[in-house]
Amino acid sequence: MSHNPNIPHRLISQDAPQAPSFARATFTAVWNPINGFLEWFGELGLFAWQVLRAAIRRPFEGRELVRQFDEIGSKSLPLVALAGAAIGFVLALESRSSLVRFGAQSMLPAALVYSIIHETGPIVTGLVVSGRVGAGIGAELGSMKVTEQIDAIEASGVNPYKFLAFTRIVACILVLPLLTLAADFCGVLFGWLAETLAEPISLQRFINQGFVGTTFRDFLAPTFRTVVFGLIIGMIGCFQGMRTQGGTAGVGRSATSSVVISSLFVILADVILVKIILVFFS
Amino acid sequence: MMHVVQRVLPGVEERGGTAPKETSRGYGDGPAVVVRGLRKSFGGQTVLDGIDLTVKSGETLAVLGRSGTGKSVLLKLIIALQCPDSGSIRVEGQEVTHLELEAMNEIRKKMGFLFQHAALYDSLTVEENIAFPLKRHAKMADSELGDRVKQLLSSVGMEGDLKKMPSELSGGMQKRVGLARALALEPGVLLLDEPTAGLDPITSGEINELILKVQEEYDMASIVVTHDLHSAKTIADRIALLHEGNVLIEGTFKDLEKSDNGFVSEFMKRDS
Repeated sequence: MSHNPNIPHRLISQDAPQAPSFARATFTAVWNPINGFLEWFGELGLFAWQVLRAAIRRPFEGRELVRQFDEIGSKSLPLVALAGAAIGFVLALESRSSLVRFGAQSMLPAALVYSIIHETGPIVTGLVVSGRVGAGIGAELGSMKVTEQIDAIEASGVNPYKFLAFTRIVACILVLPLLTLAADFCGVLFGWLAETLAEPISLQRFINQGFVGTTFRDFLAPTFRTVVFGLIIGMIGCFQGMRTQGGTAGVGRSATSSVVISSLFVILADVILVKIILVFFS
Repeated sequence: MMHVVQRVLPGVEERGGTAPKETSRGYGDGPAVVVRGLRKSFGGQTVLDGIDLTVKSGETLAVLGRSGTGKSVLLKLIIALQCPDSGSIRVEGQEVTHLELEAMNEIRKKMGFLFQHAALYDSLTVEENIAFPLKRHAKMADSELGDRVKQLLSSVGMEGDLKKMPSELSGGMQKRVGLARALALEPGVLLLDEPTAGLDPITSGEINELILKVQEEYDMASIVVTHDLHSAKTIADRIALLHEGNVLIEGTFKDLEKSDNGFVSEFMKRDS
């Protein structure tokens, strides 16, 4: 085939690829992450539906549930208690200097208790557990996926959504409020310790001053929040773990993404739930 | 592509030379697994392109083929761990391709699966691994369950390792425990994915003997996916060779040896 040598070949070639327009490239760059996010959300929704369907059918895997209580609850307790204690101690030290400046140091116990019960205790517990448990669930289930252990469970005629996911999610939901109470307790105790180092005060007086005006209702809203945190941590950890691909590198990615995504969602849920609680409970 | 399918009638001389036995559960009872027109693709790449296979009760079929020809995929399709694009799979007379999960789980109780790397639950002991399907599907008292676990472990020569964790076991030992777990519910169909892969020749020989022993003892239909021609010759009544998504040849080991098909000859020569 011949063509006019004065005309560059690229102008007459039918095969030459068209350079993507700037608009198309921009659209692709913006749309791809959105599409990926929507796909991820859709898959998460399907996963949640599978877990829910499995949950309402017998058997209820009681033994595995108890094992998960121990794994997620008992083994997280030292870390959560330590985090709560550290927050209480630091909060007392920091608040004291501010309150002294305004001559309101007598308000410290009440300010500390209010702060710990309403915000610091739940969010610190949520983040600590999402770090420890989210990574643990993501890595464990991811490793089970790549070594075909989840396939083996399914091949045995056992529903992995129930045996692996439902038990872990329920354990997270039930354990988070209890761990939050432990964090609150340690926070208040170490807050008193920090206060008593600066200006001796008996524990009883500190508690009396701290809990003045506090009612059972003050515990309800934060407890409800931690239930949601538990649902998020369990669901994201199991979802990321059970969709692991790509060998040991994939397991690492699942563990990391479980922590990152569950922590982000815990913070996001905290913001939304605080607003809802302020509207409906105040 | 040429298909040289040499089907073998029941009673022919084989299992590496001997005829399969006529048993109470076997041969006379009809096919345990029937696969027809099975197709499976992954991202546009066709792995299985219309497979037809039949395995009778009490019979052992070895599936051979090059890596990536879909041998393991075939087993996972039979036990419904993956969904086929099209085709039919009947296990003990029941179509499994479009079953609800609960109904499929009932069929899975009739099937045992030995995974390529045994896939033992690494957070459970050997004893708990074997007890896992029994606890969920067999209504047994604890003492009865304990006896059954010991009996299963004894049948694979692992009776002294009840309390060990999978990480404490060698590859061959893990395969033995995996086989015991696959046999726990006394399945009618046993699927074995590369039972001798990664094992030394002596351990491979032991696993082959063990498979023959359990086949004799439990009298079930078995499908063995393997690269190991010696293993196929030892344990299988018939062999199906997969090539380019299809069964290129199906028959006894001798049929494969006698075949004048270029790929079959090459395969038998390279592997022997």
